[in-house]
Amino acid sequence: MDAAQALADLTEISSQIRAAVLFDESGEVAASTLDSEERSRELAQAATDLLRTAEGLRTGGDGELTQLEAATVDGSVFVVRQGARRIVATTSPEPTVGLVFYDLKSCLRGVEDDPEPAKPRRRTPRKKESEAEAQG
Amino acid sequence: MRRRFLALLGFATGIVAGTLLYRRGTRGRRERVDLYFDDGSMISLTDGSPDAAQLLPLARRILGEARATQ
Repeated sequence: MDAAQALADLTEISSQIRAAVLFDESGEVAASTLDSEERSRELAQAATDLLRTAEGLRTGGDGELTQLEAATVDGSVFVVRQGARRIVATTSPEPTVGLVFYDLKSCLRGVEDDPEPAKPRRRTPRKKESEAEAQG
Repeated sequence: MRRRFLALLGFATGIVAGTLLYRRGTRGRRERVDLYFDDGSMISLTDGSPDAAQLLPLARRILGEARATQ
């Protein structure tokens, strides 16, 4: 499944999600529910900053930060990462946290399960053609 | 006399119950950031802590960016 389709499925399944952006560790946007490319890039950058700042807060423990929820009076921000992929989503206030995390992780898995694009098959010349070429 | 006492008791109980419900409701709406790690641990940073003060403005920025395009 490509990133845009995964995001379309996510917003269809989860009515709590208002906006979502799929991006990678470098901040490059793979898909977004926002109309503006620039806004999507800014959102991905802000989410990268949020993850980076949150990572820096942990003093003890070896665990790697995998997901976070920032709850404000205006709504919640969710960021989940799996490997190089990341997803940031916004919801209305007081969402069903477990359900949103589950949907976001399913979305990321859906993108990751995407098989590698099939390599174009090399066209082997027809026997007759090659024979004709040999004769000519 | 007894009826008056019961009425007063009912009134006082209502006030206490209302206060508790209101507090419960507002406590749920407090701003916070929950961090989840791959070793299964979780840290909850509540509004007012120095750590939350670093993260909540970024979250508000994201909400603002998302809302601006909708």
